[in-house]
Amino acid sequence: MPWNEQYEPVIGLEVHAQLLTKSKAFCSCSTEFGREPNSNVCPVCLGMPGVLPVLNRNLVEFIIRMGLATNCAIAPHSIFARKNYFYPDLPKGYQISQYEEPICSNGWIEIELEDGTRKKIGITRIHMEEDAGKSIHDQDSDTLVDMNRCGVPLIEIVSEPDIRSPRESYLYMHKIRQTVTYLGICDGNMEEGSLRCDANVSVRKKGETKLGTKTEVKNMNSFRFVEKALEYEINRQIDLLESGEKIIQQTLLWDSNKGIAAPMRSKEEAHDYRYFPDPDLAPVFVDEKWIAGVKKTLPEFPTARRDRFVSEYKLPKYDADVLTAEKELADYFEGVVKNLVKKTDESFKLASNWTMTDVLRVLNEQHIVLRDFPLPPNHHAEMINLIVDGTISGKIAKDVFEEMLKSKDSPKSIVEKNGLMQVSDEGAIERVIDEILTNNKGQVEEYQSGKEQVFGFFVGQTMKAMKGKANPKVVNEVLRRLLEQMKK
Amino acid sequence: MSVTIQDVEKIAALARLEFTPEEKEKFTRQFNDILAYMEKLNQLDTSNVEPLSHVIELKNVLREDVVKPGLTQEQALQNAPAKDDKFFKVPKVIGEK
Repeated sequence: MPWNEQYEPVIGLEVHAQLLTKSKAFCSCSTEFGREPNSNVCPVCLGMPGVLPVLNRNLVEFIIRMGLATNCAIAPHSIFARKNYFYPDLPKGYQISQYEEPICSNGWIEIELEDGTRKKIGITRIHMEEDAGKSIHDQDSDTLVDMNRCGVPLIEIVSEPDIRSPRESYLYMHKIRQTVTYLGICDGNMEEGSLRCDANVSVRKKGETKLGTKTEVKNMNSFRFVEKALEYEINRQIDLLESGEKIIQQTLLWDSNKGIAAPMRSKEEAHDYRYFPDPDLAPVFVDEKWIAGVKKTLPEFPTARRDRFVSEYKLPKYDADVLTAEKELADYFEGVVKNLVKKTDESFKLASNWTMTDVLRVLNEQHIVLRDFPLPPNHHAEMINLIVDGTISGKIAKDVFEEMLKSKDSPKSIVEKNGLMQVSDEGAIERVIDEILTNNKGQVEEYQSGKEQVFGFFVGQTMKAMKGKANPKVVNEVLRRLLEQMKK
Repeated sequence: MSVTIQDVEKIAALARLEFTPEEKEKFTRQFNDILAYMEKLNQLDTSNVEPLSHVIELKNVLREDVVKPGLTQEQALQNAPAKDDKFFKVPKVIGEK
């Protein structure tokens, strides 16, 4: 839904990313997902009296990676703060976070708009904090609390109010997701909550330089909802202003079932967090040597990888863009390439086509992620090897591909078991064609009288008779030769 | 800057504490006494002194990212005033934090 063109939205996003450390931020409990409730816990994350938190080295390493990838300044000195509020899933009564002196600040990332232009979005700060536990309100007359997630490390990425549309917000979120997954610091799954997004939204008349009153929109737990919720909120604010009313500064929760953002019920004091430096955690000092060490662990970034795919595998830019959009897909493609017997441009392009069309199609159809894709890269490569060396046709390969997905069998054994080898033997193909031409005298006459399209009919009949296993190139050659002979 | 009885009430509400009118008055007086003492410290010129967040000069107290066993589910729930076999139970709270 487009909005009144006289207005301009101003959006800033706060993104929380759950980090892929093995243990929690301030204690040695496992961060593993899906365990029995309240089994990944210890006195530290349960907030027992007298315990002391100790910082996980990888939390610092991971956030430095993110800071470097987003062009941030890495603070040589940074401290933790307590953010105080009461909620049952926060047993200490405060969340360990950073307030003054966050570790990363003043960065930017670039998004690519639909028309191909690039836009920089400023990153105000990125800081470390811990997650809360999980409250379940709908399974019992009481609220049930599971502390397994309590203390799992998060980073919060706060953007500048540089975003001007829901579409740009969507693109920004995608860029953040691409960055954290390439860095290997977060799995990027919005639906499962490993990546969460809150937005600060205001609108103003175009040309106005002062910011309007903002609202905060929460609970947008998918990429699509980010766009929809922001469109809703922008229109709501414009409608209010147009009817002469004022925007009230408040927090709204996106309700994806109703398609509306409704004000959250809470007291004003809830936002008085009374931050103060956490005396239990020593300050973090990051020197140049540490930063240089982390720099060495940074992976190849999407743009560089895309350019390499074009130069190394001679792929079209379009293919390279699709394949490198997600790290997992690029890794998969290179896994296939590694197992190709003939490393030629032709086989690279085949691997690209199969990955872009067939692999992505199956992921979409089955609503799965690449991690759960049943066909490993080496089997995929083996299938392409069979196409390249002429053992099977591209058409038969489609059947082999489907069969591999079902049986998880290797392509070689599927081809052997089902006798799918391509027939390239001219003699065998000639015998079949001979019979078809004899049985279809009418069509032969049509062809002789100049109806060239009938050629396709003969090819079709031959393939049908040979159950799709005939080598199409040989069929074409033989057919053309026999028809020419008959002319004479 | 002096503390009013409203300030005390606000801080009490944030800490989920309830006080009698007499207590509130007493705390207002005590808060003001403490702040008056702080005012004395404010007479010192600290414009060239870095704010101090920690009194002990420790830095980078880090542990490696290694999982160690914590408590079992049974131990974790042992002292909870209300629980079922898997969860802590609290009076129903609705709405977000």
